[in-house]
Amino acid sequence: MNRKLLLILPLVAFVALTGFFLRGLWLNPREVPSPLIGKAAPGFERPVLHALERSFTPQELRGQVWLLNVWASWCAPCREEHPLFNSLAKAKVVPIVGLNYKDNPDAARKWLVALGDPFLLTVIDADGRVGLDYGVYGVPETFVIDKSGVIRLKHIGPLTQEKLDKTVLPLVRQLQQGG
Amino acid sequence: MIPELGHLALILALLAAAVLGTLPLVGAGFGDRAPIVEWVRLARPAAQVQFLFVAVSWICLVLAFAGDDFSVVNVASNSNSQLPMVYKITAAWGSHEGSMLLWILMLALWTAAVSVFSRHLPAEMLARVLGVMGLVSIGFILFTLLTSNPFERLLPAAADGRDLNPLLQDPGMVIHPPMLYMGYVGFSVAFAFAVAALIGGRMDAAWSRWSRPWTTVAWCFLTIGIALGSWWAYYELGWGGWWFWDPVENASFMPWIVGTALIHSMVIGASLLLFAWRAPKVGLGATFTAASRESALLANNVLLVVAAASVLLGTLYPLFLDALGLGKISVGPPYFDAVFVPLMAPLAFLMGIGPLARWKSTSLPDVWTLLRWALGVSLAVGLLLPLAFGAWYGKAPWSPMSALGLWLAVWIACSTVIQMRQQLRHARGGLVERVLAQPRSWWGMLLAHLGVAAFIAGVTLVKTYETELDVKLDLGQSVTVSGYQYRFDGVREIKGPNYTAQRADISVSRGTTQLPTLHPEKRVYNVQSMPMTEAAIDTGPFGDRYVSLGEPVGGTAWTLRIYKKPFVTWIWGGCALMALGGVLAVLDRRYRTQAVRDARAALQSAKA
Repeated sequence: MNRKLLLILPLVAFVALTGFFLRGLWLNPREVPSPLIGKAAPGFERPVLHALERSFTPQELRGQVWLLNVWASWCAPCREEHPLFNSLAKAKVVPIVGLNYKDNPDAARKWLVALGDPFLLTVIDADGRVGLDYGVYGVPETFVIDKSGVIRLKHIGPLTQEKLDKTVLPLVRQLQQGG
Repeated sequence: MIPELGHLALILALLAAAVLGTLPLVGAGFGDRAPIVEWVRLARPAAQVQFLFVAVSWICLVLAFAGDDFSVVNVASNSNSQLPMVYKITAAWGSHEGSMLLWILMLALWTAAVSVFSRHLPAEMLARVLGVMGLVSIGFILFTLLTSNPFERLLPAAADGRDLNPLLQDPGMVIHPPMLYMGYVGFSVAFAFAVAALIGGRMDAAWSRWSRPWTTVAWCFLTIGIALGSWWAYYELGWGGWWFWDPVENASFMPWIVGTALIHSMVIGASLLLFAWRAPKVGLGATFTAASRESALLANNVLLVVAAASVLLGTLYPLFLDALGLGKISVGPPYFDAVFVPLMAPLAFLMGIGPLARWKSTSLPDVWTLLRWALGVSLAVGLLLPLAFGAWYGKAPWSPMSALGLWLAVWIACSTVIQMRQQLRHARGGLVERVLAQPRSWWGMLLAHLGVAAFIAGVTLVKTYETELDVKLDLGQSVTVSGYQYRFDGVREIKGPNYTAQRADISVSRGTTQLPTLHPEKRVYNVQSMPMTEAAIDTGPFGDRYVSLGEPVGGTAWTLRIYKKPFVTWIWGGCALMALGGVLAVLDRRYRTQAVRDARAALQSAKA
């Protein structure tokens, strides 16, 4: 056996491993593609936060592209992404529905008064059942749902300006132009 | 002012590390070059000066946290004025930046310790060891200064801090990171010894004898650190699990496995190395005995290294696929369980035989004579005990995994007792004399192996016989889990120093016997308003009763999760025994006499 080749083998393995780690710096292991992508958004019927007598179902937004943002007043990273939704709502690019996940309605209302309310309406998911159907495991999460009610994108964690500009908005425009 | 002093001290520590990492290494000479004595002598003072500066830097960081200096980004992001003092200090290593500085502190401490306790080593060897540690230190200090400065200012200062993550506000988290880091960083001493031996061209038994106590101490810290982390996850996360095979855990477990192999190798002065030399000669007619202590240790090491490699593969496989664009997967407990058990079972079996095997060669019939009753007893227990436990806990009457686990645990325990009897029988004098005559490292081995037996028993029993129940209970309602009655007596609101909690009263009884009331809590910490589950555990040698509070579900009803965890404490008890065994081994008298002998030999060779 070639001894010299054997001697440099550990070095080669080390360099290869370092290469993978380096590449890993630009990868996000938490970003697991949701099995819901390309599937119809699960249906639900839940009361609306600011009009408890009325309930909302995703059916109502058929024919429109819309965002579903899962948030809660106890969720610190939700504060981080909230200004992005405020400016998005001001620009009237796309309707945003809030899903208030496992929260206290009073706390939720106060939170929206303090930080601004970008939502077309907010749906109450007090027991987290809707969240369960949507595979929510890290609040905040944001879904892009197309005209025919199919989930096209899921973002886990606070939305960033970069993600919004580079991925979410182009997708929304493309979906809005399409049939 | 204090943060700037800390920053400055860290820069000065970098300079000390730069001196340590260059001059002594060059001065010790390469190949046949004569050493430069003055440069070699620089190693020890440079190591100690480095520690001094790092310690000053660390104290400055702790002062910034203790004094609520919210003009420091790190303090403002990870502490709060309401935080109890002990957690303010803990918050110093609660962030990435702070834990990097803790890491550097540990590294500097180990380096300084080597400079103090290894004075008897040949000067060039010591200079190389310390020099290599200085190089490692340069890397970490540079990384911290350039990318993760814990002293960065925040202008204007924050009025108050964003608080320490509530998950970390726990006694377990106070000591877990320092223990774990002492373990991780401690292995850099073994690394430095190995590299120094390679540079000096002396990969011999003396090298392994010198680095053995350092490696064992680091291993003890790592054992305790991992066990504390596992225990913390068990009681703090509220899921009742003690090991999740997540990448952070695996990252601590891999060095532990390899470190275990390393301390076993060092028993005979680098057994793997000896084998690497001997193995090629076997084909040339040299004898190769299958049954000897060397081959048992070699098999031990091969199994451990393969186990570490399989954990590495499982941990990195998702990264490999993702980096190569082949899709995203996650590798979880099913893989690790499937790979780990078949590797650990032969290892556990070997643990009974290895210590009885003699050097060079052992006759298998001898071992069989000694161990046959251990085999008989352990097989009988493995076959019968699962029947009894199955009936007692109301589970399947017999399961192959519990039989295997119990067999191996009892096998290790019995054969360890036989090893002890065998050794003591051949000693002279009364029992006390015989016990005292044995080297402490030998007692350490026995204790550590008994720890493994306890660990295997704990893992097997809790995995096979635990009971879990998710239940909704209204005021006054009760439920029976594993023979114990749990009655829900309502929830009160209580105020902690920096949180409000919903605290439940769960009275527990068995038949007519009233047991201690359990108080699981659901806390909301004021600043981050993050809900936290605080499980209530009634712990005992034969099992834990574990209750965690779920959510309110209308009216006075709540959901609860109730566990019965048989023998779960044996898992951490086993780890404690292993670490204690390591401590005994380090205290072995032979290290000290050997140190004196080494010093004399070095002196003689210097004279010659």
